[in-house]
Amino acid sequence: MKINIPTPLRTYTGGLQTVTVPGATIGEALEQLVGTYPDLRQHLYTGEGKLRSFVNLYLNDDDIRYLPQKEATAASADDELTIIPSIAGGRLPHRQSAPIAPLLVIPWRSGGICFCN
Amino acid sequence: MAASTLPGIELPKLSNEEIARYSRHLILPEVGMEGQQKLKAAKVLCVGTGGLGAPLALYLAAAGVGTLGLVDFDTVDASNLQRQIIHSTATVGKLKVDSAELMLKGLNPFMNVVKHNTMLTSANALEIFKDYDIIADGTDNFQTRYLVNDACVLSGHKPNAYGSIFRFEGQASVFATEAGPCYRCLYPEPPPPGLVPSCAEGGVLGILPGLVGVIQATEVIKLILGIGETLVGRLLLVDALTMKFRTLKLRKNPDCPVCGTHPTVTALIDYDQFCGIEKPKSVGPLEVAQNKAVADAPVVDGIPQVSVQELKRRLDASEDVFVLDVREPYEVPIASLGVPLIPLGELAKRVDELAAQKDRNIVVHCKSGGRSQKAAQFLKSVGFQHVENLAGGILAWADKIDPTLPKY
Repeated sequence: MKINIPTPLRTYTGGLQTVTVPGATIGEALEQLVGTYPDLRQHLYTGEGKLRSFVNLYLNDDDIRYLPQKEATAASADDELTIIPSIAGGRLPHRQSAPIAPLLVIPWRSGGICFCN
Repeated sequence: MAASTLPGIELPKLSNEEIARYSRHLILPEVGMEGQQKLKAAKVLCVGTGGLGAPLALYLAAAGVGTLGLVDFDTVDASNLQRQIIHSTATVGKLKVDSAELMLKGLNPFMNVVKHNTMLTSANALEIFKDYDIIADGTDNFQTRYLVNDACVLSGHKPNAYGSIFRFEGQASVFATEAGPCYRCLYPEPPPPGLVPSCAEGGVLGILPGLVGVIQATEVIKLILGIGETLVGRLLLVDALTMKFRTLKLRKNPDCPVCGTHPTVTALIDYDQFCGIEKPKSVGPLEVAQNKAVADAPVVDGIPQVSVQELKRRLDASEDVFVLDVREPYEVPIASLGVPLIPLGELAKRVDELAAQKDRNIVVHCKSGGRSQKAAQFLKSVGFQHVENLAGGILAWADKIDPTLPKY
């Protein structure tokens, strides 16, 4: 299955815009994805292994939340999965620093909000 | 055809000068005289006059929207002008709402500009929104995104012409109409601050907010005129690098806490808390309030904060200090202190390179102090004893020590 990686997450896929992974279901394909790019895991899943609520996944044109089997939905090599990120930008102030979040775990980029120019 | 958002009011007449000005609209059957009168009667609020708000407000003014409200608390900075075309070199340093008004009235003296020189908050949002028909969200942070969404729903489902950008990628939709989904239907919760991209991944292609802001303006015009198919129930994804546009179907979530069948959010809440970020300590730009809080504290999360003056003094006195730059390589040619570089994102992998410095006094710096604070915390966690953060980063150095250094 082809997975479209949005700009904010391309940092964790070595800049790749699309990644092709095997998997009989959406869940299996995602597991392959975070297996190959472990830094992605914390961006897609909570510590309990659930998909984060601000991560929207579309199988072709369908929001997987509204598919009867959700992540267990069968997928073929021709299917396309798109990750829709939550982005807030628009009015980018200059010289902004981050609210300092407590250091999470490595991998990095676990910074606070910072919209520098 | 969609129904116009405007209530059934008597439409204002156009003067002969206005008729001449809007001629290309008047001869377009989908707009015509009645449509142009609807535009004149319309009141649109632009939240933010930055990258998205600039083209949005300019085109709405040009199109003849009768009243434009502008919400912004910021002043114009030279670095805004790469994309915020509503401001100009001559208005650097002025309030953005004043700068924007100059440009808008210059373009179209027949429309009204209402300036709200304030930060949009839970305390003032409903009061400000009540005078407008449509809200256009061109803000830059998750707190305000959720605030605008909730205030739109709670104001009786005022349509929210939404746009958002990141680097080369944009999103647009129309949220919070009675029939369609709201922002929370798509994003029930904000990402925790720890997962939001940092400075190192910031930046935006200057043209992109133009593209997305004009899409927002198009939606506003369609909502006013009641023509075409709006983005209600659809999310437009724009990728400027591949120049691909895609729309995805959005659904109204029946369990949505704001617009669902049994709403639990029935009044505006504390959005800083909701988004898990520190509250601004004073009135004024959020980032300044937060920046200052860090810079003023002598120790933040166990990391001493050293001022640029103190670092200069130590270097001049030839005291033993190892300065480490943790910015990205592409930032170095812009401005540099000429010290070793290990980008924050590579620090964990490359920490061995610092083995020889382990017992030395280390001062970490980045652009403005955010990334270096995290780097310092990491170094401390792996056993470095004397690690300090350069408060304000290389920007403070340029401000206070070396004015020849460019600021970016």
